[in-house]
Amino acid sequence: MVNGTEFKTIPRKTPEHIDPKSRITNFEEIHHSGSTKHTEEQSSRCMDCGIPFCHTNYGCPLGNLIPEWNTLISQGKWKEAVERMLETDTFPEFTGKICPAPCEGACTMGLYNNQPVTIQEIELALAEKGFENGWIKACPPLTRNGKTIAIIGSGPAGLSAAFYLNRNGYTVKVFEKANRAGGLLTYGIPNYKLDKQKIVKRRIDLMMAEGIQFETGIEVGKDISPAYLKKQFDAVLIATGAEKARDLPISGRELKGVHFAMEFLSRQSMKLAGETLLDGIDITAKNKSVVIIGGGDTGSDCLGTSHRQGATNIVQLELTPPPPKSRAEDNPWPLWPLIYRTSSSHEEGGDRKFSVMTKEFFGENGQVKGIRCVKVNMIKENGNVKFLEIPDTDFEIKADLVLLAMGFTGPTKELPALLNLELDARQNIKVNKDMMTSVDGIFSAGDAATGQSLVVRAIASGRDAAHKIQEYLNQKATK
Amino acid sequence: MNPFGYPKAEGLYDPKFEKDACGIGCITDIKGAKSHAVVADGLKILVNMTHRGATGCDPCTGDGAGILTQVPHEFFEKQLKQLDITLPKPGEYGAGMMFMPKSIQCHGTIKEITESITKQEGQFFLGWRNVPVNSSVLGEIARSSEPHIVQFFIAKNNKTSIEFERKLYIIRRQIEKEMLKLGEEFVKVYIPSLSSKTIIYKGLLLADQINQYYLDLQSKDYKSAIALVHQRFSTNTFPAWPLAQPFRFVAHNGEINTLNGNINAMRARYKSLKSDIYGDDIKKLIPFIQEGGSDTACFDNTLELLAMSNRSLPHAMMMMIPEAWGELYPMGKDRRGFYEYHSMIMEPWDGPAAMIFTDGVQVGATLDRNGLRPGKYVVTTKGKMIMSSESGVIDIPPEQIIEKGRLQPGKMILVDTEKGRVIYDHELKAGIYRSKPYRRWVEANKINIRGFNIFHEQEVVSKEELLARQLSANYTHEDIDILILKMAATAHEALGSMGYDGPIAVLSDKPKLIFEYFKQCFAQVTNPPIDPIRERLVMSLRTHIGRNRNILEEGGTCAHLFSLATPIINNEDLRRIKSKEDEGLKSITIPILFDANGGENALENALTSVCKLAEEYSQQDYSILILSDRGKNSTKAAIPSLLATGAVHHHLIKAGLRTQISILVECGDAKETMHLALLIGYGASAVNPYLVFDTIADLVKEGRLPKKVDSIQGSENFIIAVNEGLLKILSKMGISTIRSYRGAQIFEALGIADSVIEKYFCGTPSRIGGIDLPKIQEETLIIHRKGYPLKQFQPLKLEDGGEFYLRKNGEKHLWTGMSVVHLQHAVRNNDRKAFHIYSELINNQNTEHFTLRGLLRFKKTTPIPLSEVEPIESIMKRFCTGAMSFGSIGKEAHETLAIAMNSIGGKSNTGEGGEDPARFKIRPDGTNACSAIKQVASGRFGVTSEYLVSAKEIQIKIAQGAKPGEGGQLPGHKVTGEIAKTRLATPGVSLISPPPHHDIYSIEDLAQLIFDLKHANPQADVSVKLVAEAGVGTIAAGVAKAKADQITIAGYDGGTGASPLSSIKHAGVPWELGLSETQQVLVKNNLRGRVRLQTDGQLKTARDVVVACLLGAEEYGFATAPLVTIGCIMMRKCHNNTCPVGVATQDPELRKKYTGKPEHVVNFFRFITEDIRVLMAQLGFRTLKEMVGRYDLLEQRDDITHWKAKLVDMSKILHIPKEYNSVPYCSSEKQVDIVSDSLDYQIAELCVKSFTNKFVSIIDLPISNLDRAIGAVLSSLITKKYGAVGLPEDTIRINFKGIAGQSFGAFLTRGVTLNLEGEANDYVGKGLSGGKIAIRPPSNVHYEHSENVIIGNTTLYGATSGKLFVSGTAGERFAVRNSGAIAVVEGVGDHCCEYMTGGIVVVLGKTGVNFAAGMSGGIAYVYNPTHNLDLVSNLDMVDIEEMFEENDLITLKNLVTEHFAMTQSKKAKAILDNWENEKYTFVKVFPMEYKRAIQNMLPETLKEEEIIHHG
Repeated sequence: MVNGTEFKTIPRKTPEHIDPKSRITNFEEIHHSGSTKHTEEQSSRCMDCGIPFCHTNYGCPLGNLIPEWNTLISQGKWKEAVERMLETDTFPEFTGKICPAPCEGACTMGLYNNQPVTIQEIELALAEKGFENGWIKACPPLTRNGKTIAIIGSGPAGLSAAFYLNRNGYTVKVFEKANRAGGLLTYGIPNYKLDKQKIVKRRIDLMMAEGIQFETGIEVGKDISPAYLKKQFDAVLIATGAEKARDLPISGRELKGVHFAMEFLSRQSMKLAGETLLDGIDITAKNKSVVIIGGGDTGSDCLGTSHRQGATNIVQLELTPPPPKSRAEDNPWPLWPLIYRTSSSHEEGGDRKFSVMTKEFFGENGQVKGIRCVKVNMIKENGNVKFLEIPDTDFEIKADLVLLAMGFTGPTKELPALLNLELDARQNIKVNKDMMTSVDGIFSAGDAATGQSLVVRAIASGRDAAHKIQEYLNQKATK
Repeated sequence: MNPFGYPKAEGLYDPKFEKDACGIGCITDIKGAKSHAVVADGLKILVNMTHRGATGCDPCTGDGAGILTQVPHEFFEKQLKQLDITLPKPGEYGAGMMFMPKSIQCHGTIKEITESITKQEGQFFLGWRNVPVNSSVLGEIARSSEPHIVQFFIAKNNKTSIEFERKLYIIRRQIEKEMLKLGEEFVKVYIPSLSSKTIIYKGLLLADQINQYYLDLQSKDYKSAIALVHQRFSTNTFPAWPLAQPFRFVAHNGEINTLNGNINAMRARYKSLKSDIYGDDIKKLIPFIQEGGSDTACFDNTLELLAMSNRSLPHAMMMMIPEAWGELYPMGKDRRGFYEYHSMIMEPWDGPAAMIFTDGVQVGATLDRNGLRPGKYVVTTKGKMIMSSESGVIDIPPEQIIEKGRLQPGKMILVDTEKGRVIYDHELKAGIYRSKPYRRWVEANKINIRGFNIFHEQEVVSKEELLARQLSANYTHEDIDILILKMAATAHEALGSMGYDGPIAVLSDKPKLIFEYFKQCFAQVTNPPIDPIRERLVMSLRTHIGRNRNILEEGGTCAHLFSLATPIINNEDLRRIKSKEDEGLKSITIPILFDANGGENALENALTSVCKLAEEYSQQDYSILILSDRGKNSTKAAIPSLLATGAVHHHLIKAGLRTQISILVECGDAKETMHLALLIGYGASAVNPYLVFDTIADLVKEGRLPKKVDSIQGSENFIIAVNEGLLKILSKMGISTIRSYRGAQIFEALGIADSVIEKYFCGTPSRIGGIDLPKIQEETLIIHRKGYPLKQFQPLKLEDGGEFYLRKNGEKHLWTGMSVVHLQHAVRNNDRKAFHIYSELINNQNTEHFTLRGLLRFKKTTPIPLSEVEPIESIMKRFCTGAMSFGSIGKEAHETLAIAMNSIGGKSNTGEGGEDPARFKIRPDGTNACSAIKQVASGRFGVTSEYLVSAKEIQIKIAQGAKPGEGGQLPGHKVTGEIAKTRLATPGVSLISPPPHHDIYSIEDLAQLIFDLKHANPQADVSVKLVAEAGVGTIAAGVAKAKADQITIAGYDGGTGASPLSSIKHAGVPWELGLSETQQVLVKNNLRGRVRLQTDGQLKTARDVVVACLLGAEEYGFATAPLVTIGCIMMRKCHNNTCPVGVATQDPELRKKYTGKPEHVVNFFRFITEDIRVLMAQLGFRTLKEMVGRYDLLEQRDDITHWKAKLVDMSKILHIPKEYNSVPYCSSEKQVDIVSDSLDYQIAELCVKSFTNKFVSIIDLPISNLDRAIGAVLSSLITKKYGAVGLPEDTIRINFKGIAGQSFGAFLTRGVTLNLEGEANDYVGKGLSGGKIAIRPPSNVHYEHSENVIIGNTTLYGATSGKLFVSGTAGERFAVRNSGAIAVVEGVGDHCCEYMTGGIVVVLGKTGVNFAAGMSGGIAYVYNPTHNLDLVSNLDMVDIEEMFEENDLITLKNLVTEHFAMTQSKKAKAILDNWENEKYTFVKVFPMEYKRAIQNMLPETLKEEEIIHHG
């Protein structure tokens, strides 16, 4: 805010993405931020709330100082804004692109006229300005405290924990089973949303320049013993994510061409990076009829990737009915708006079907050819949701490739078992309020401990774990 | 126990907060002829001021009354002859009056000591006389504490009479000191007077009891030429005989605000006192201020010392109560020189004061610089001069009056009975200020420090070093972004809105600077705050630095001091001070650092050595001590500058060296105005907050300040903003000059241990214990380590702060996204579950050491079934919504609250912005939007007779939690048509609420306003809203005695629509303290049963209500929470008018966003009440009434482990006074009826017939000064029947003869005309609502009408319409806050037309200073033959124009003609007779905004008319 009244006069405006028709011909990033002037104008719409809902409880899990950046940008103070952003925003170049932006859902402008401040775009602009001008740079610790930490997993949670621990003088080693660091950021999210070479690698390089060591291609439990890590390091953090995908165990599941989304997406990522595929088997949508089961972000990513691979026809199925166009009465501001959203992938084409339950995969010669579905009604009963089939609504969809994007159920079992870690009721790694697992000195953060969630929450969780590990080690030192 | 008889401090009661006020009067025979008639007239004056005194719980015990006369030689001679004592000639002996304890055993010792001291001092003891009294006239309480009263006589053995008086002074002081040594009963010995000239009879008496009690006074032989009387109104009911006045030299009406500082400063002088007159005897006088006395007693002690030494009594008075002499004040150079000189010797005793003083030969009177107490005088043909608080205290036939006058602010008048003449201010003072070359002394010796603003060289500080300094001084981004940036850029402090909902410092998880543990005190009721903007001319920040000399000596060296325009100095100023090597101005720097690794006593050791060094240096030739925290590093931490300052200040006072040296502070930790005020309040003469300047230089470098602001300008701006803030803090307490504020310690500590207070902040109230020195060290080091960490891994970074605006990693807040959302969800969907989540959130935060109530828990009791608890309907009647004006919140929100509260039987509060009369009637759909509580605040917006009669309760807002002691301003652009209509103002014209109510400068004034309001609506209760601070209980006791029905104690954390951020947080204390103190003190005084208590301030849940109830509140105010229920999301943008949910805005576009409904508010209160019932059942209470005041069921939690909160001690809050067993501890009776036997009430009864039939009636009546608020009841009846329209003009005409009491014509409505032949006291035409008043002198007087004072101060205050014609001169503040009345007057005092927003004022004669201050609307025509009105006017908001508009001339002539018709004014006639010439001697005072607004309105009005024509 400059005058304090811009929110009344300036409408929300986001920069236009590259035209869908041209962008699906390649895997280049589709985002770009607006001009400096545009961003300054948009940031002036911020009302600098007494309770900035964007920043607390309902908004940003990182507690980003959104009103501060906005005030500073609107005054043209970009450098100060970047500095203020970096106080809480670990990886703005990631969240500026791939975060669903709960901050905008909670923005008071959403209450005012349903046009939240374009916080995410502003964050991205700040990140880009920060790198462009060298304001975001390696800040290795001025000294080392002699303590060492092992972090298993280099996804957003592991990276975030590594970032903070390293900056506070700890010597951090990150173990990653894949060839490249970044976890989901590298292998899960498609390149057109987050460029691996330009964006993810830039960050990893920066972290290496700050002194973090990455041990890629090493799987703890296979290539190296977890017990050794425990012995060798002052603390261990497990940030392996929630890799186990939810399956659809119905007839025909064993058919060829029925795959988990991640199998599909990670291969595309590896191909782009010129990596050898693990088993040599490619999964591609080229010239195929594709059915994606699941309407979430991963489903969308499958959709966009399929477009780019050259699918002939794509259908995306969702069990639930379509959400309302605007907030329902029981979903008031500042709660996350459960509304019908059109992702960038949806802009690019494909057919979305709602209230559809998949009953069976069928095929020929072991290769899937289609699926059989039925329409369902969603019933809410005592807080539980049930789906009742509607009689005589069966139908079939042709499918050469079926991608299961129905979410994730938790971390893989092997590592916790090796370490004798207790699991919680939802099969996640059980941690106490200090984020420590049932074994002293072993911590867990991110989806591995919380279950599947947002990248931004994983980053926040990694940061929290870093604080908890510090507290733990400080206390240990004073004992 | 001390001689003054207050009870000991107990619980939250502390006798040091006791206040009193009163009426004073004096009659003197100018030629010095002694007679009994003078004494008898003196007593009559006393009786006629009875309404200015008060009675306590016992109607026969007054607060005290007394009389001072000359020694009645004839009488004593006869009396003593009977005792075989022969008196020498008059003047050759001294007569003493003594109060002895009742117990006879000690009388022998007392007499023995008295006699032997007399002998030691070389005088002859003549004998004792028992003073005959009639104890049967005493009230019960007075009798229980009645002393044994004796007189004693000492014969002179000195050459001169002044030497003998000094001897008697020395004798008295020694007797007093001896008695203290003996302890027990002996300390009760009190000597009202011992003099060869005067004698004092006083006691715990009502005015009419005094001569029945003291039989001496009835004797015809008892003769005097002087009778000085005093009637006391104290804030307590404790039996304190000695505190009755007069004291030995003065009788005082008012209060000394700076008492603490004055006493400390005088104590500091004890060692340096030297006088040839006394020689070694001076030691016998020390301490010459008697412990435990009232402010006036201490003043009297000091005056006595000065006047008994080498200065005359008027000279001493001019030193102690100087008039305003600042640059803005029109004043001669010699006179200014005198005051400047004396400002270098002594600090003013600041506060509202009308004082009458006498030494038995001369009698004088003076007023404080603000003229906040009234003072009237009359000179008669019989050679008498009468001075008093009111006119008409004694009947004088008009033809015997030679002159009638009033004392003007800062002015003095004297009768010299030896010279046999009256000496007026100019002559009197000229004789004094030209008696020595004071001006030359100043010119030759003073060194001005400021004057050019060049920074010699701004130290270049690296970013890293700057951050280290900032972090180790607890700087946050917020401090810089919100506070410093704003001050550096605009030279003003930042504004904010809503209340403070964070924890107090001692309950915060965050480390805090020690500054944060203090809260500002402020004036309420017993003294008024000042308006530092509109009355800037009485304020001064001028500061002198150097060595203070012996106060008893005069000469040029006393003026050899540095003189600073402000106590905030930049680096260059400090450099210049440091580099001066002059004798008497040498400075030395003491580093205030301590070893950061020095173990647990490091801080204490460092403080000890700093104090030791200070002591050494002040015994050498240094006169300036610079305490500097420069030089911090990883091993050296800074001693908190405030702690160091307090330590040195008190150490030097104790060592008797304080006046030898001035303390300067060069520190990094002070960054807010409050911090700087604290440093000065604890003794610093000047402060150099260098880190702020470093920070500003950095901001300039970073381009964060506007281009035109460089680092020099930025620092200057900061200093200007601080100056503005300091003036505000001073004025909040009613203090005018920084010199008297220095060391006055006008603060309350909140969360500091007694051990720290005693040693470093001695005398500061601190009532909940808290952090001790080791904890302060711990906290200081945590902060230090932020900037100088033991191990550093990353470049330093500032933290967010989050104090003002919530931030995730910042300070905690009670209102969070979660609590707001759950509350809104709960009330909108009637969802109990969500409400419980909300309550849990708040209560958990509460109990997580967030608030004081969070530290309490309920004791285990036997529960009862929920079904037995009273129903919710009866509980909901006890709820009110807070005072939020239409203006601060929008129309929709305001009405929603009113409708909701009416529907549950609770009460909504208009706030101070008036109310649309359409809402007074129930709407066709049955909804009632009429606010039950009508607030009367200092701006009096929309306060008309109609407004008042529509009230169930009328609330006098003395203070507001968010900004107690401050006024407000609604800028013109926010005054929309609708707001202007309800506030009876002009759209586009600014509306200013003055800091004080201009009719409440003291407790008896409040009693008067209550009296007025009860007459304006006899059916309504009157409540008084106070804000919690140390001493509020005492104030509340006074308010209860002033006959209020209800008292609200607001917490400091209440909300606001706009206030400087520094006030929202730093002034006042939590309601838990204020409420509990009030409960304890009211019970102690047996006043609790008469009043209902209410509390408010961040009440949010049932638990909050139940705690408040147990602590004594029977009604509960909510403001923020109901606002949240109707949509507020705590944007804290109310002051910007940009509320995006349409609650707190007038913007029509934003108001469309408003979604609140009355049901939401109702749901909120239902939920709260249901939860209250559950808690009641758990505690075993069937009705809420039983629960009121039962804080025996509360206890402090013992499970608190928080590093700071665990040190808090709640025992004083939970202290139960012993009186709890014997007197009511909740409301049990109606307040005493003060309406039905007043003259006003009788008049109304007389007129009933007339107004019911609209007959014209004319009534003739006599009137006296005891008849007050005339016309109010009658007006209320007419308004009830006919509304604001009233009756046709002149339907009821009442002709009075005599001298009217206060508030003549208050709230007078249309159709009533009051004609007064005689004169009137203060507050004529208060709230005039359409009526007409004419006042003229009796036809048979000899004096010049227009030159003589005919009405008192504060006329037409808040008048909205009607007319007033005054044939004579008025006092101060004529037409103050007039918004529509038309008046003609023949002369006025200072501050005429102040804050006026509408109406017309014609002044046909002289004006005082500060004419038109804050005048945003209306027009004044002033007869000004010299055309130099601009000299005495405040031209900030007005232009003075010549009378070139024909319309103006017509209006003026009509008014003068009407004036003549109404009053037969000679002056009017003379002007009219020579109109063609005289009309050009008038000038027009035209507010600039008003002019614009009128010009803007013109075309629109025309347009409207056109439409009508065409339509």
